[in-house]
Amino acid sequence: MTARQKQMLYVGATLIVVMAWAFYTADGPQTTAVLAGTVRAATLLALGAMCGMIGERSGVVNIGIEGQFLLSAFAAFTIASMTGSLFLGTVAGVGMGLIMGWMLAAMAVGLKVDQIIAGTVLNIAALGLTSFFYDRSRSLGMGKYTNIDLGPLADIPLVGTVFFSRPPLTYLTMVLLVVVHVALFRSVWGMRTRAIGEHPGAADTVGIDVLKLRYINVTIAGGLAGLGGSYLALEAVGTFSRAMSGGRGFLALAVMIFGRRTPFGAYAAALFFGFTTALQNQFQLNNTFDIPPQFVGMLPFVVTIIVVALSGLIGSMRDPAALGQVYEKG
Amino acid sequence: MSRSLLRTIAIPLTAVVFGLLIGAVLILSQNASPVTAYSALVVGGLGDADSLLRTLQKATPLIFGGLAVAFAFKAGMFNIGGQGQLLVGAVFAAGVGFGVDGLPMVIHLPAALVAGALAGAVWGGIAGALKATTGAHEVIVTIMLNFVAGNLTDWLSANPWKDNSGNNIVARTPLVEDSATIPTLGAVPVGFILALLVAAACWFVLERTTYGFEVRSVGHNRNAAQYSGIKVGWIMASTMAVAGMLAGLGGAVESLGVDGRFEAGVNVGLGFEGITIALLARANPLGVIPAALLVGLMEAGASRMQFKAGVAPELIDVIQALILFFVAAPIIIRWVLRMRADNSEQLQLGAGWGKS
Amino acid sequence: MSEVLLAARNVSKQFPGVLANDDISVQLRPGRILALLGENGAGKSTLVNILFGMYRPDSGQVVIKDEVVDLHGPDDAISRGIGMVHQHFQLVPPMRVVENIVLGAEPSKRGLVDLAEARKRVVELSQRYGLEIDPDALVEDLPVGMQQRVEILKALYREADVLILDEPTGVLTPQEADHLLGVLRDLTETGLGIVFITHKLREVLAIADDIVVLRNGRVVGETTPAETNESGLAEMMVGRSVVLRVEKSAAEPTDVVLAVDELEVNDDRGHLAIDGLSFEVRAGEILGIAGVEGNGQRELVEAVTGLRHPLSGTMRINGEEVTNGSARGISKKGVAHIPEDREKHGVIAVYSLAENSVLNRYHRSPFSLRGILRRDVIDRHAEDVVEEFDVRTPSIAVAASSLSGGNKQKLIVGREFSDDIELLIAAQPTRGIDIGAIEFIHRRILEQRDKGAAVLLVSAELDEILGLSDRVAVLYDGKLMEILDAQDADRERVGLLMAGITQ
Repeated sequence: MTARQKQMLYVGATLIVVMAWAFYTADGPQTTAVLAGTVRAATLLALGAMCGMIGERSGVVNIGIEGQFLLSAFAAFTIASMTGSLFLGTVAGVGMGLIMGWMLAAMAVGLKVDQIIAGTVLNIAALGLTSFFYDRSRSLGMGKYTNIDLGPLADIPLVGTVFFSRPPLTYLTMVLLVVVHVALFRSVWGMRTRAIGEHPGAADTVGIDVLKLRYINVTIAGGLAGLGGSYLALEAVGTFSRAMSGGRGFLALAVMIFGRRTPFGAYAAALFFGFTTALQNQFQLNNTFDIPPQFVGMLPFVVTIIVVALSGLIGSMRDPAALGQVYEKG
Repeated sequence: MSRSLLRTIAIPLTAVVFGLLIGAVLILSQNASPVTAYSALVVGGLGDADSLLRTLQKATPLIFGGLAVAFAFKAGMFNIGGQGQLLVGAVFAAGVGFGVDGLPMVIHLPAALVAGALAGAVWGGIAGALKATTGAHEVIVTIMLNFVAGNLTDWLSANPWKDNSGNNIVARTPLVEDSATIPTLGAVPVGFILALLVAAACWFVLERTTYGFEVRSVGHNRNAAQYSGIKVGWIMASTMAVAGMLAGLGGAVESLGVDGRFEAGVNVGLGFEGITIALLARANPLGVIPAALLVGLMEAGASRMQFKAGVAPELIDVIQALILFFVAAPIIIRWVLRMRADNSEQLQLGAGWGKS
Repeated sequence: MSEVLLAARNVSKQFPGVLANDDISVQLRPGRILALLGENGAGKSTLVNILFGMYRPDSGQVVIKDEVVDLHGPDDAISRGIGMVHQHFQLVPPMRVVENIVLGAEPSKRGLVDLAEARKRVVELSQRYGLEIDPDALVEDLPVGMQQRVEILKALYREADVLILDEPTGVLTPQEADHLLGVLRDLTETGLGIVFITHKLREVLAIADDIVVLRNGRVVGETTPAETNESGLAEMMVGRSVVLRVEKSAAEPTDVVLAVDELEVNDDRGHLAIDGLSFEVRAGEILGIAGVEGNGQRELVEAVTGLRHPLSGTMRINGEEVTNGSARGISKKGVAHIPEDREKHGVIAVYSLAENSVLNRYHRSPFSLRGILRRDVIDRHAEDVVEEFDVRTPSIAVAASSLSGGNKQKLIVGREFSDDIELLIAAQPTRGIDIGAIEFIHRRILEQRDKGAAVLLVSAELDEILGLSDRVAVLYDGKLMEILDAQDADRERVGLLMAGITQ
């Protein structure tokens, strides 16, 4: 980041903090509700974005995150409901995500299927399978994950409730942000991953197995999407319904692009998207403006289009050079 | 049958067979009999004149949906927006269909069809224009537009264009006027005939006209096309608009024909089916017809299959996903059939989100 | 010290449809430079890829330091001391020099890269071998000569005993090339052995200790610089005596066809690639634009052919202003264009020869009528082109991808030459094709000139420029250094201009 960009970042962040405080003083409960809703919506998007970015930095496009969310949520919900354990349900969701990641890798890297088509297959399969096996009578007897207060931190006004009094998977996501960041930008694995996404030939000639690394990365990334599915079913909503991912797997891609394919950037973008969602929910609750719910529902999708259009124009959001291309040796 | 035709259909045919085989496994997992299920499926789609009619009616929007994806494929673009393009086409056609009266059918019907086609063209054109000017990948834009279209058409059919007759509370438009309803010639659905004609027209445009030459050139090698003086941006934008128009026309035919109105929540999911059909047809407009008939057959027979064998109709969606998988990964099939690779069929669309 | 650093013994390698290497034996001793000479397609790259572990030989052995080895991949070769500097650099542009050098062999602590240690080693290495470099510079910001240095350092970092360089001077000015050859000489003093792959006869004679000539996958000659000369080498490369320079009558230029005035053009990244260029080309003459690639040639050609809009300045063809014209509009004025990258811009691989033959004119009559293509007319035209331009193919219906590079280029030339040409723009017209096709195309270009066309020839091959041009201009950093008459243009002078050095 250039000095100028850092400057703008600080100014922006300060502005946000000041405004948040102002609103909080004016109307505490509503502000808290909106900000808590922001974090809630952002978590899913951030997990999806991290899944996407690991794949994309390796050179593989994943538009199947939507399907991964859906099928993982289904798996998490079903197992949790059958075993009575939220933990087992979460593990099932992550497991399903890993399986779907593996399928994407097998198709895109192994069989050299076009990556977009491979992702589409995942989406269609997820929709079909979840509808086919959907059992309306199921429910989470124990209820979803509840908030865990982080000691005295949770007592800080506003910030405490919003960030330090959340259910476990939200915390896990925040931890993962750091883990993925360090892994991508400081570790040997991360450097090699970035290399194969930009110039697989260069990596190949120094002895890195490009295809194997892509295979592994796409599979592992699937696990993150699987965690997102578990989060959706077991923490955010508390049940499963048809097509419950609602397009958020695609929104995650916009978050990823907007966040420059970095974990913290993605989280910031996710908070932004989450904010618009939380705001619209709040407005609907209060009937603040007389906007039909359908138009409000359109908003995240329209914003995504704008983000994607801008990303083409703003050079700094450029894709990894080898993104989407099949790698052939020699 | 000539050797090359045999070769061309070998992979799609085998993909269907594999899909049905795995579907059979799923049926067994539900403690049902694949034989009962599949025979019910076929009878439900072909058994008698009524079933046949249903199949043709189901196939009609699928042909348009398949064309919408196939035409864009030819220019190297992936149109996943068939869903949204169809919805706006359907609602606007219905709008013209019920909102205007006193016109003779000769004017009213074509006007309504054109309205639907134009709406779809705009919907597809937005994605095409964005791709041409900003490089924004049409996959994300069209998917987003699908959701926007869903919301928009929901609102239209629940508010300004709502059917307030009787005790209706469902989000739908009023019935279209008779003068805007697609007639049936005896038992033959005119909509289906129209679909066939449009498919033939697409083939002709792509293979025999200079515009089609330019579209295919851009699809095969964008750089060489540019160097030949072809305006690549214009081709991309117009191709997406044409693709959208095709899907919109499909939606219009639904509203003005079988459904007689636009109803929110109906005709959902057709966009994805269009992808399967386009890939089965190897993006050949004429090949879309048999592929759409196959899927239409499955959909027409699905309810009978549920009735006779107790298998949920969503199985059809799963089978389609499987077929899509096998068509997209022909290596598996080639290995099974001991076929050699053919370079020209390799499809390469995924290449980043913005201008590179 | 080993007797033999690196050798191939009776190595053969078959690819679908072509025997790339046929019973080849070569050897490299310590402290010596072995030059591998051959045309495109002679098998040099295949052989070297086998020596580097990228391919396995079908038969024969690879020997490294007196030991027969079976290489499993490049990392195997690298660990045995074989280092490769590729023709197309295998560097990750957005990463730093130090990251590129240590990639795959990173110093690390608990899984995290130890950049400080890496930096230290790189600096030490660059000082030891006299290859100064800034470890934290981004590779994409470095000039080409420096990028090549990074490639060399990559190999040295892995303690290479052998350096294989694949066509290393293609992207350098004559002076930079000389400097590189000097560096290589210095490296051999330390006992390093060097394999130098090239098709440039002059360089081979300048630097090699041992020369091996390949043709059609076989070794056809082993010699030393003392025993041969350029024409001798050319004859071995091609198998018959070769005209190195095409016969050329004196030019008789008449009216100005292309007039470019104060042209400014940006590149894709928004930087100024052409900076105030002015020149003229007359009918009946060839103006050659020399220069190392990357100095604005591509942008210049795209501007003149209408594929890129200039920022400012004017262009005129036969007096008519065409500055912001479209590609199609400009070609209608009688402008033909041989693009520099035939795979990317010249042909559409999956189209038939027939379709490719009308890529530039399908929209005009007689090839189409009211938007509908006339296939019979197109087919007839394709037959004519194939016959007249000696394009070797079984039929006009096969895909263009089945043609060899030389035949593809002949097809492109045939397509462009079929009308009366006012202005011909030939960009790297003979890159990567066999000598026979080169001769053919050079003759055709001269033919056009003699018929009265104005020819703008842009090439990085200095010999081609000097051999064909009536006047020579040098492009450096987007500016025209000087325009010389053919008789005043010699290698030394042009080479200096190519490096930006005026006298």
